[in-house]
Amino acid sequence: MKILNCPINGPRPIHEFIYGGEFRDMPDVDAVTDGEWVDYLYNRSGVPGIKREWWYHVASNVWFIAERDTATNVVCKTYLFEGRRNYE
Amino acid sequence: MPYQLVKYALSSKYPRTRMFTATVDLKDNYDVVIIGAGGHGLAAAYYLARDYDITNVAVLEKDYIGAGGTGRNTTIIRSNYLTPEGVRFYDESLRLFKDLSTEFDLNLFYSERGHFTLAHSDSAVRTMRWRAEVNKHMGVNSEFVNPDFVKESCPYIDLTCGGNAPIMGALYHPPGAIARHDAVAWGYGAGAVKRGVEIHQNTEVVGIDVRKGKVIGVRTNRGYIRTSKILSAVAGWTPQITDMVGIRTPIYVRPLQACVSEPLKPFLDTIIVSGSLHVYVSQSSRGELVMGGATDPYDLNMMRTSLEFTEGLASHMLDLFPFLSEVKILRVWAGLCDMTPDFAPIMGKTPVEGFYLDAGWGTWGFKATPISGKTMAHTIAKDCEPDLIYAFRLSRFEDFELTGEKGAASVGH
Ligand SMILES: Cc1cc2nc3c(=O)[nH]c(=O)nc-3n(C[C@H](O)[C@H](O)[C@H](O)COP(=O)(O)OP(=O)(O)OC[C@H]3O[C@@H](n4cnc5c(N)ncnc54)[C@H](O)[C@@H]3O)c2cc1C
Repeated sequence: MKILNCPINGPRPIHEFIYGGEFRDMPDVDAVTDGEWVDYLYNRSGVPGIKREWWYHVASNVWFIAERDTATNVVCKTYLFEGRRNYE
Repeated sequence: MPYQLVKYALSSKYPRTRMFTATVDLKDNYDVVIIGAGGHGLAAAYYLARDYDITNVAVLEKDYIGAGGTGRNTTIIRSNYLTPEGVRFYDESLRLFKDLSTEFDLNLFYSERGHFTLAHSDSAVRTMRWRAEVNKHMGVNSEFVNPDFVKESCPYIDLTCGGNAPIMGALYHPPGAIARHDAVAWGYGAGAVKRGVEIHQNTEVVGIDVRKGKVIGVRTNRGYIRTSKILSAVAGWTPQITDMVGIRTPIYVRPLQACVSEPLKPFLDTIIVSGSLHVYVSQSSRGELVMGGATDPYDLNMMRTSLEFTEGLASHMLDLFPFLSEVKILRVWAGLCDMTPDFAPIMGKTPVEGFYLDAGWGTWGFKATPISGKTMAHTIAKDCEPDLIYAFRLSRFEDFELTGEKGAASVGH
């Protein structure tokens, strides 16, 4: 993964980007149990496979989502975050 | 001269007996199954056999002995951590390390070098002073020293770092050491085998059976094993194993790369670490510079290396030692690091009865090999954790009692 495709700026060299961690759905803070909250805060899915992740294009201030296989480092697709809608 | 060699031909002591016996078939039942024949798994097997007389033990390794981080690390051993819990734990490990060559009758090339963590900023100076105070309080030899002291101990260093990041002082830890990492695994492995433990290489755990919250068996590529106690000591592969028993952890996996230069005449006695410049270096007894840096900046379960790493590391090495510009890199490699949010390991019992975890070793687990083996053996034999590892329990995250060790990481991650 030497080039990453920014949904706004197109393909750019990887050093223009910062990794923002795995995408996690925040549970409803009013309904959540302590256990679910701790799980959301700390736990991660470290198993290799395709993950949804936050990435940031530094030069243009764009946060977006990449779907990347952490076993092969191949990015399947990148797109802008559109609220919860595109994850259901 | 050749006559002197004849005695070896005639003596029954030569050749030396093999360290590991030939592989036997898997039995269908073991008291304890240990997953992973890295230093930690083998040390746990060794202390189970030596201290608790538990010898019906199988160590299962999908690859070969030491294939993971154990055979890939830069071999730095130190105890100048930041939290009292960390300092106490790693210092006990260091104490055990010192006797191992004698205990194993195998030279681990344990070599005390003195460990310098350089500070290039006011905030780094503050953390070094803080660490020195915690260390001293815990009886660990560690002090903040000025740049002249660094220069005297390491005459070839450029204190100005090319004018970019002048060295403002350092945390100096005289007991800091290096040792031969493969031999540590071999020593523990051989010692365990001698006491009856079986080590099965090329044996991969592919599933774990749990009934009514208790461990009952392990599925492998060579067949099924019944057991009521399993230790997972697979470092960078931990998420795959915890997935098999349905336990979630904060562990995320990042590659860490390292490299060695061509051999040079000895010029560097000490271990030099610079958090700000992302580089650590020591000179091996063969003369190679052994160098490492920060982990890759995103999650990856792959042991590939990258040109970015080598370039970045080389440029920072030249800040410290400008005269190395003509020196060649011989090898570059990577290992998997099982990182935790507080840079402390995860050790002990888990919500699944009979499933014990030794993980979260990130970039810092080689130095912990003896004490992790010893404390995990105790945990398995007695089904209770010794005080020494209480701060590292998995449930510390639920309790919001993290053991913040990031300030003592070798390089800023
Ligand atoms: C480049 C680099 C430099 C480092 N430098 C240092 C340092 O200077 N000092 C320090 O203290 N630490 C350092 N570390 C960290 C240290 O190497 C590790 O924390 C330590 O080696 C972990 O040892 P282990 O025995 O727990 O795991 P490992 O040595 O990784 O062993 C785990 C074993 O489990 C096996 N396994 C995995 N899955 C399965 C399965 N399903 N079935 C069977 N077997 C399986 C693997 O093949 C592997 O052999 C460094 C790490 C790297 C990568």
